[in-house]
Amino acid sequence: MTRPMPTRRATLLGAATLPLAAGLAAPRARAAGKTIRIGVLNDMSGPYRDTTGQLSVACTRLAVAEFAASKGLTVDVLSADHQNKPDVGAGIARQWFDRDDVDMIMDVPTSSVALAVNSVCREKNKVFINSGAATTALTGKQCSPNTIHYTYDTWMLARSTGGNTVKSGGDTWYFVTADYVFGHELEEITARFVTEAKGKVLGHAIYPFPGTTDFSSFLLAAQAAGAKVLGLANAGTDTVNCVKQAHEFGLAPAMRVAALLMTIPDVHALGLATARGLLLTESFYWNLNDRTRAFTARAKPALGGRMANMIQAGCYAGTLHYLKAVADIGADAAKADGAAVVARMKAMPTDDDVFGPGKIRADGQLLVPSYLFEVKTPEQSKGEWDYYNLLATTAPGEAWQPVDPGCPLVKA
Amino acid sequence: MFTIFGIPGPLLFGQLLLGLINGAFYAMLSLGLAVIFGLLNIINFAHGALFMMGAFVAWMLLNYAGIGYWWALLLAPLIVGAFGLVLERTLISRLYKLDHLYGLLLTFGLALVIEGLFRNEYGSSGMPYQIPSALQGATNLGFMFLPNYRGWVVVAALVVCLATWLLIEKTKLGAMLRAATENAPLVQAFGVNVPRMVTLTYAGGVALAALAGVLAAPIYSVNPNMGSSFINTVFAVVVIGGMGSIIGSVLTGFGLGVIEGLTKVFYPEASATVVFVVMAIVLLTRPAGLFGKAA
Repeated sequence: MTRPMPTRRATLLGAATLPLAAGLAAPRARAAGKTIRIGVLNDMSGPYRDTTGQLSVACTRLAVAEFAASKGLTVDVLSADHQNKPDVGAGIARQWFDRDDVDMIMDVPTSSVALAVNSVCREKNKVFINSGAATTALTGKQCSPNTIHYTYDTWMLARSTGGNTVKSGGDTWYFVTADYVFGHELEEITARFVTEAKGKVLGHAIYPFPGTTDFSSFLLAAQAAGAKVLGLANAGTDTVNCVKQAHEFGLAPAMRVAALLMTIPDVHALGLATARGLLLTESFYWNLNDRTRAFTARAKPALGGRMANMIQAGCYAGTLHYLKAVADIGADAAKADGAAVVARMKAMPTDDDVFGPGKIRADGQLLVPSYLFEVKTPEQSKGEWDYYNLLATTAPGEAWQPVDPGCPLVKA
Repeated sequence: MFTIFGIPGPLLFGQLLLGLINGAFYAMLSLGLAVIFGLLNIINFAHGALFMMGAFVAWMLLNYAGIGYWWALLLAPLIVGAFGLVLERTLISRLYKLDHLYGLLLTFGLALVIEGLFRNEYGSSGMPYQIPSALQGATNLGFMFLPNYRGWVVVAALVVCLATWLLIEKTKLGAMLRAATENAPLVQAFGVNVPRMVTLTYAGGVALAALAGVLAAPIYSVNPNMGSSFINTVFAVVVIGGMGSIIGSVLTGFGLGVIEGLTKVFYPEASATVVFVVMAIVLLTRPAGLFGKAA
C-alpha cells in the first residue's frame, strides 16, 4: 500500500506543473512575434535517418546562420521525428502551427507523410518546402499554393537514369521492383523512358515489400533474361541488399546495375568495392563544381564526418530561398500569410551553391539540372567520399515532368 | 532444355538451391530459438537483435581491431554469447516462474533497445562488409553459377545444425539438459548445477544467432534492422517445426527455404506470405507443429 504512493504523488506533481510549464512557454512564443520558426520534419530513427535526419537539420541551420543575421531576421530551427507515419507527421505539423508558432516545414521524406503535411500546411496557410519525398503528386493533383518541391522526384530520377543509360548503350532492361506504389511508379516511368529512347524492357520481378531480404532468385532471372541493365525500383536497405547480392552473383560486367533511388550515404554503406559501376541520379554532389565544393567546405563542421546528399543539401537551398523571400516581404507579413511567401519565392529566381541558378515553376517545382553518376572503382577514388564520375547532365528544361494539367494552380 | 510446369529445368534447380541457402539461415536461427525455448521456456524475441549484433561485432572486429572474417566466426559468437550470459543472469532469469508472456515482453523490449542503440550509434544505412578473399568468385554448376560464399554458408549451417543436434541428443551433457527440462529439482538433487546449465544454454543459443549474423554479414546489408526482417519468418519456422523441437526446426528451416524459393519462381508476389500460409495449415492440422509433442 505504501509503495505506489511516491509514484502517484510524483505523477500528481508532474500533472500539476504541466500547465505551469506550458503557461511559461506560451507567452515567450507570443513575445517573439517576429521570430521566423522553421521546423525540419523527417526520419530521425528509421530507414531514412541517414539520407535525411540530422544532416538535413544541420544544412537548414547553415542557411539560417549564413543569411538571417545579415538581414536582421531572427530565425529558430526546430526538428522532429515523424517515424515515417502520416498520422504522426500531420500531428506534429498541427502542433507546430497551433502551439509553437512555426511558419515553415522543411524536408519530410516518405511520400505518404509529405502529402499529409502538404494538406495541413495549406489548411493553416503556412509554407511547406519538400526536399525529402519523391512523389510527383506534390506538383500534380495535390499541388498547393503553399508548397514548393525541391531536389528530386520519381519522374526526374527515371528521366535521368532511364533515358541517359539507354543512350550510353544500356538498351535492354530488367526491373526488380518493390511491390508498393513507389516501386510500381518508378518502374513504370523508367520503362517509358527506356522505350522512348528505343530501348527494350525484357521483364520484371515484383517482390513483396517489406519483408524480402534475399534477392538472388530475381537476380538470376534477370541474368537469364540477358538484359544489359538491371533497374532497381526500390529504396534503402532493399537497394543495398540487391547491389550487394548482384556483386556476389557476378552480374557485372555483363550487366550494369541502375539504382533508381540511391544517394551518397547508401554508396558509403556499400563501400566502393561492391558499389563500383552503379548508375544513379542526384541533383547535387559535393564534388561537382566550385560552388558545391564551397558549400561543402562551409557545411563540413556540422556534418560530423559525413557528406550531405541531394536531399540534405536541398534543405539548405530551400531554406535560403525561403529566407530571401521572407526578407523581401518582411517577417510580419511572412508570418501572416504563407501563400504570399511561396508566391514571392516563385517570382524570384533561385541561386545557391547547392543547385546553382534555377527557378520555381507555377506548380511549385524547382527547375535545376539533374546528373547521372557512375560510382567509381576503389582505384579511381582519390579519398574518402570521392565516389562519383559524372556521366550525363540533363538540362533543367528537360529534367522535370512537364506541367501536370491536373494541378489547379496551373489553370489559374 | 527440359521444362517443369513451363519453367526451364536449370532455372528451377537454381531456385531450389537458392531456397536451400536461405533455408540454412532460417535453420540456424530457429535452431537457437528452439534450444532456448526447449530448455528455458523463454520465447526469445531478442534473437533477431542478437543476430544483428553478431554481424555488427564482425564489422567492429574488422574495423577497430583489424580482425578478419575467419576469426570473427569464432570471436563474434563468443562476445555476443557473453552478452547473452549477462542478459540471462541479470534479467531473463527473474522470469522463469512467471507466465511465458513476460519473457516475450522482456525480450521484445530488449530487442527494441538493442536495435535503437545500434541505430543511434551507427545509423540506418548499414556498414560495408566484404566476402573473405578465399571465398570470392563463383563455381559453374552447369545449371547456375553458385557464388562460393553461398556454398560455404550451406555447408557451415549443416555442420552447426548437426553438431548442435549431436550435442543435445547424444552426449551426457545433452542428456542432463534434457533431464533438467523435464524435472529440474530432481536433476538438481543429483548434484547438477541447473541454473548454471540454463545460463549456458541461453548463451549457447545466442551464440548460434551471432554465428548466423557473421555468416550473413557479407551478403546482407549490415544494419540495425537486419534481424527484424528475418525474425518473423524464423518464428514461423519454429512454430511449424514444433516449439522446442531441434530436429524439427532444422528440417523446417531448410524445407521452408525451398518452398519460398519455388514460390519466387511461380508467383514472386506471394513469396513473403507463403511461409505463413504453411504455418496456418500446419496449426490447423497439427497444433503442436510437425515435429512437436502434443502437450
